[in-house]
Amino acid sequence: MSKLIENSVHCLTILKKLYLIRDLEEGIAAKYSEGKMRCPTHLSIGQEGAPAALSTLLSHQDLAVSTHRAHAHYLAKGGCPKAMLAEIYGKATGCSGGRGGSMHLIDESVGFKGSTAIVGNTIPIGVGLALSQKMRKQSNVTIVYLGDGAVEEGAFYESANFAVLQQLPVIFVCENNLYSVYTSLDKRQPKDRKIHELAQAIGLNSFSGDGNDVVSNYDIFHHAVDQTRQGKGPCFIELSTYRWREHCGPNYDNNIGYRSEDEFIAWQKKEPISRFENWLLENNLVSRSEMKSLRAEVNDLITQAFTFADKSPFPEQSTLTQHIYCETSHES
Amino acid sequence: MSHESSLTEISYVEAINQALFSAMETSEDVFCYGLGIDDPGRIFATTKGLVEKFPERVFDMPTAENAMTGIGIGAAIAGMRPVMVHQRLDFFLLALDQLINNAAKWNYMFNGQRPVPLTIRLLIGRGWGQGPTHAQNLQALFAHIPGLKVLMPSTPQDAKSMLLESVFDNNPVIFLEHRWLHNQQGVVAQGNVKQHPDYLPIDKARVVNTGNDITIIAMSYLTIESMAAVTGLNEQGITVELVDLRTVKPIDWQTIYSSVEKTGRVLVLDSGATSGSIAGDIITQIVENKFSFLKCAPQRLAMPDIPEPTSYELTKNYYFGAKEIAEKVHKMVKNELAVDLYQDLVRSGHHDVPGTYFKGPF
Repeated sequence: MSKLIENSVHCLTILKKLYLIRDLEEGIAAKYSEGKMRCPTHLSIGQEGAPAALSTLLSHQDLAVSTHRAHAHYLAKGGCPKAMLAEIYGKATGCSGGRGGSMHLIDESVGFKGSTAIVGNTIPIGVGLALSQKMRKQSNVTIVYLGDGAVEEGAFYESANFAVLQQLPVIFVCENNLYSVYTSLDKRQPKDRKIHELAQAIGLNSFSGDGNDVVSNYDIFHHAVDQTRQGKGPCFIELSTYRWREHCGPNYDNNIGYRSEDEFIAWQKKEPISRFENWLLENNLVSRSEMKSLRAEVNDLITQAFTFADKSPFPEQSTLTQHIYCETSHES
Repeated sequence: MSHESSLTEISYVEAINQALFSAMETSEDVFCYGLGIDDPGRIFATTKGLVEKFPERVFDMPTAENAMTGIGIGAAIAGMRPVMVHQRLDFFLLALDQLINNAAKWNYMFNGQRPVPLTIRLLIGRGWGQGPTHAQNLQALFAHIPGLKVLMPSTPQDAKSMLLESVFDNNPVIFLEHRWLHNQQGVVAQGNVKQHPDYLPIDKARVVNTGNDITIIAMSYLTIESMAAVTGLNEQGITVELVDLRTVKPIDWQTIYSSVEKTGRVLVLDSGATSGSIAGDIITQIVENKFSFLKCAPQRLAMPDIPEPTSYELTKNYYFGAKEIAEKVHKMVKNELAVDLYQDLVRSGHHDVPGTYFKGPF
């Protein structure tokens, strides 16, 4: 029996996050061809489950960092949808003032400390955040989102090693979606070696699961966050999932030859949102009509966010040279 | 902390050590780490006594330069002030992803929301067969990246005040220590570092010597060689304005321009390879902005575009020093070759050590 069944607030929060991520991403896909979102954009459609489940277990003092495919992580953590879309539109009201785009999201007010574009590049950043939490004797945790490709980077091994050595309050959440751009996992990693076993061997408390099963993910996260908060050392969670759209951009790409339509259809059957909805219905936790009104509410928010992004001003040309250096100093 | 100040003669190493103690006493956000930081050698004694005084804020690290740099960045964006050290710059090249893609860009790409107050001490080797990968002067590489500050102090006083200001600067700072400076002695302010007659903030170049015939622009250890050259040139009736850059990114252009306007001649020295050097960039800026003041073509003396070899024999003529600097200046000012005029400027003893005290191995 899942712990989630006892927490109707979390159920609704998760459902709302799932709708928000999915429908906002679909909105981006629908509008991308307008040519107003002029930056590389990596959609999270199909991978909403894990971040939505995890989000309910974190406070704003818990921190998170993410990757090039960060929309779901940012939104799940509570990041402002308007500021995210404005950022993708390159607007002054964007969460990075139009300097970062889709791949450089930040909302420090909710503990989302940043996402960056280079594979594996925020893994040590997250471990450094956790180091500061430990040095300051805080009971918060840091979430490091990464993909299956990032565990191939030296930065992952180096960071995991230090996290274990220092017993830092960090949780690595690895969404294994089988592809690094167009290169499949079997071309990149030995067939019989599981990522979560590799992590276990480094000394991380390691877990694995079906990343499209929100309910079981919630239990894994519940346990991992609890352990890590208690100072029992860093965790690693490998979750299998699947990227529905192309690596970068709004389109489906099952026809270009690196993966098959059959594979896609098989994963579509494991789609996280409808699975979660069915579970909620089976357990009489949320009704169809409640779902419908929740989704409508979320879609109003999304519509407002797109309008906000579209109507917001571009940054002034004169701001181009600002912030190369931080001009304030510690003493001032 | 006392604001009274006294002046005491100490070494460059001791000056670094004092700066680290002072920074850690000033703020609990400061921590120091690096491979060997608490080992018996204590980073050539620069971290002597530190771990005993601050056991929770001084720690050794895994041999993982890239992630450990990123971990420093992560701590810095959480509001801490990490000071990382590498016994040789060359090892830090493994960390260029974290340095260039994160440390240098974080404040800019997140629109000024979150600065990265990270200081990275990198030691530059020379001589005693340090060779191709233990003696690289890559200041130009770091200076090329917008968002980084690159410091190359040449005196103990500057080493102390500039390291302290680096730690409390809200930007990532590459702090370059030349090994041949470590044993330099100098008068250093105790207590408040600003209470020194030569105190300058990190963004200012120093006019070490005033003169009228030519400006020499130097950095780091080359400032020491230049001072010897200036003395020799004086004896030949040539007065030199010697400018120590101190910080090579961002550069104090005003001090350079003022001097060049006065002397009309400029020789720029660089301890890095000639192509793509800081010296090349300085000359470009002078030519672009102060051409009408120039009496002769600006010149540079930088390292050849050759890795440093290891062999004692091969390194004999690899580096230039006071003699070569003086000869170059003489030619520029008098338009004649200086035959044997500056032989006295050649340092006695082995060419591959900074002094007889240096017995290697690194």
